[in-house]
Amino acid sequence: MAVEHLVGAYHAWASNGASHAPAWLQTLRDSGISRFSELGFPNMKQEAWRFTSVAPLAESSFELAKPASALPSLDAIAPFLLDDETSHRLVFVNGFFAPSLSLVSSDGVRVESLSQALLDRPAIVQAHLCKYALSQDRPFCALNTAFVREGAFVHVPAKAVVQKPIQLLFLAVPGKTQQIVMHPRNLVLIEREARASVVETYAALESDVYWTNSVTEVVVGDGARIDYHRVQRESARAYHVAATQTHQGRDSTIHLHTVAFGGALSRHDIGTVLAGPGGTLILNGLYLLAGRQHADHHTTIDHAADHCESHEYFNGVLDGHSRGVFTGRIIVRPGAQKTDSKQTNNNLLLSSDAHADSQPQLEIYADDVKCTHGSTVGPLDPRALFYMRSRGIKEDQARRLLTYGFAAEILGRMEVAPLRAQLDGIVRDRLAAV
Amino acid sequence: MPGSGTREAGRVLLEVKGLRVAVAGNEILKGVDLTIRDGEVHAIMGPNGSGKSTLAQVLAGHPAYAVLAGTAKYEGKDLLDMKPEERARAGLFLAFQYPVEIRGITNSYFLRSALNALRRERGEPELDPIDFLQVLEAKLKSIGWDDSMMNRPVNEGFSGGEKKRNEILQLAVLEPRLAILDETDSGLDIDALRTVAEAVNQLRNPKRAFLIVTHYQRLLNYITPDVVHVLADGRIVRSGGPELAQELEAKGYDWLRDGVMVS
Repeated sequence: MAVEHLVGAYHAWASNGASHAPAWLQTLRDSGISRFSELGFPNMKQEAWRFTSVAPLAESSFELAKPASALPSLDAIAPFLLDDETSHRLVFVNGFFAPSLSLVSSDGVRVESLSQALLDRPAIVQAHLCKYALSQDRPFCALNTAFVREGAFVHVPAKAVVQKPIQLLFLAVPGKTQQIVMHPRNLVLIEREARASVVETYAALESDVYWTNSVTEVVVGDGARIDYHRVQRESARAYHVAATQTHQGRDSTIHLHTVAFGGALSRHDIGTVLAGPGGTLILNGLYLLAGRQHADHHTTIDHAADHCESHEYFNGVLDGHSRGVFTGRIIVRPGAQKTDSKQTNNNLLLSSDAHADSQPQLEIYADDVKCTHGSTVGPLDPRALFYMRSRGIKEDQARRLLTYGFAAEILGRMEVAPLRAQLDGIVRDRLAAV
Repeated sequence: MPGSGTREAGRVLLEVKGLRVAVAGNEILKGVDLTIRDGEVHAIMGPNGSGKSTLAQVLAGHPAYAVLAGTAKYEGKDLLDMKPEERARAGLFLAFQYPVEIRGITNSYFLRSALNALRRERGEPELDPIDFLQVLEAKLKSIGWDDSMMNRPVNEGFSGGEKKRNEILQLAVLEPRLAILDETDSGLDIDALRTVAEAVNQLRNPKRAFLIVTHYQRLLNYITPDVVHVLADGRIVRSGGPELAQELEAKGYDWLRDGVMVS
């Protein structure tokens, strides 16, 4: 069984490579592995996993990733970079920090590897790590916590403004001999009235089988703003399980964009807490799937304070035998009056074998609120097709254009222009093949 | 009939004969005859359910309509044998009664794609975004509108008036030979109606014919047609000059329907 295998791997690792960690971190890791061994892998009888089977993970053995024998060149990873448009760049290969591929400057803003931050500034890491993404009923988060070692640490101090985006790139170069698992752990802290934008990318150079199990915690202080872009371009045979958890203060703004292009099986849990009054959240997601890809997005927007607004837009474009799952949970806590929350999930089925499940879940415990949701699943709108054709556009071009529009609607909301252009190019390439 | 002298001299652009059309098994058009020459403005009026919109849609090639019998020749070619995009490329344009929203595609991008499709057909070079912007600015200026709708997704979140204006803007840019306006006046207040009508009048020329489908006479106060047809129960029961529209406004459609039954 893979649970025992992973627990065994943990103990081997804890007694060897990880043994010099501070006591609090060791305790955190131990609690992670014991929670994981209690929970085990989720199964489809559990509500949160109704549509997604993780049997491929539970039934095979993944070895803890080791540093790559050779780092890829800067040229090789260029397709995933944003050229000179970035202020800071951290590159991780197989979960290990690669300083030679990274771009670090010290300008009052801390962008460094988590292992470095644990040495330099353990107090602030200890104050925040694992305080937002909770492992209680989430086996993969517990497993990630057990193996907390490396990832990105971003700290933007109060009132600082980072003009150019900060890029975090996680590359898998697993080699052909064994299946590896990586557990990147990221902590992003944007202090009061600061502003930054981040691009977090998962990618591979070859179409290998591996497993990424990542967790990212994003904390945004009062009056601060972050534009957070998360791009999943894993290999088409990879497994990707991830949690992104945000926590935002009074009058703060989070624009959280997420794109899923890769992975044979991917599951992304996005949890957001609007903890102070006057917060704004945009949750903007796209999944573009083909073949037998399966992507599951589980989003939770927790309106814990009054006068906050959240706008959630998720579009899925599904071809071949692919399957998209979207669960959008919105919680409005007692006292979160004047909440304004909108959710839409539109799924475009390009093939009769593609399938989408869309589940809104609204839990409203306050009475003076505005909450709307809508979801669609279906083929291209024949009225729109005729409209385009009646303007002289050929049927196949009209189909491509309408499909492109589904993706472009989401990409168009992203703030980082070079990323938008890069993703736009990928979408166009993919549609040319449709 | 006003203008009949010049009209007779014009070349026949559209010739519909005995057109019978069904949708979902129901026969809607039961034998329509209609001839439109270059530069003429025809109005088709009729009560709800008479088949006005069906005629507009079937001429544009909507796939939901089945032609049971009859012919439609456009510039001498068999219109009914052409795909919707081929009809558009041949210069036929339909301004929709209910313009469709297209997510993620800006009005500007959509219109450039459409114009380039027509330009390719005519063997002209395609326009890049900058060249297109110049063409667009010139067109907007000629009809007195601004570019505020251009960078929004096609028709998405547009008011009723904006949607109808957008149709007319497309007409202006695509420069059709035959423009069919399907109830362009419906849902417009009097100011919006006047704005749209003035733009249409700007776009009238001896090489461009119009077929204006409308339930009410009020649009025809601003756009004076050469010929008015009355469609009732799937047939054209009466044709005449602009005065026919006024007569209909005064007497309503019942008068005509009774007349048909008598005759």
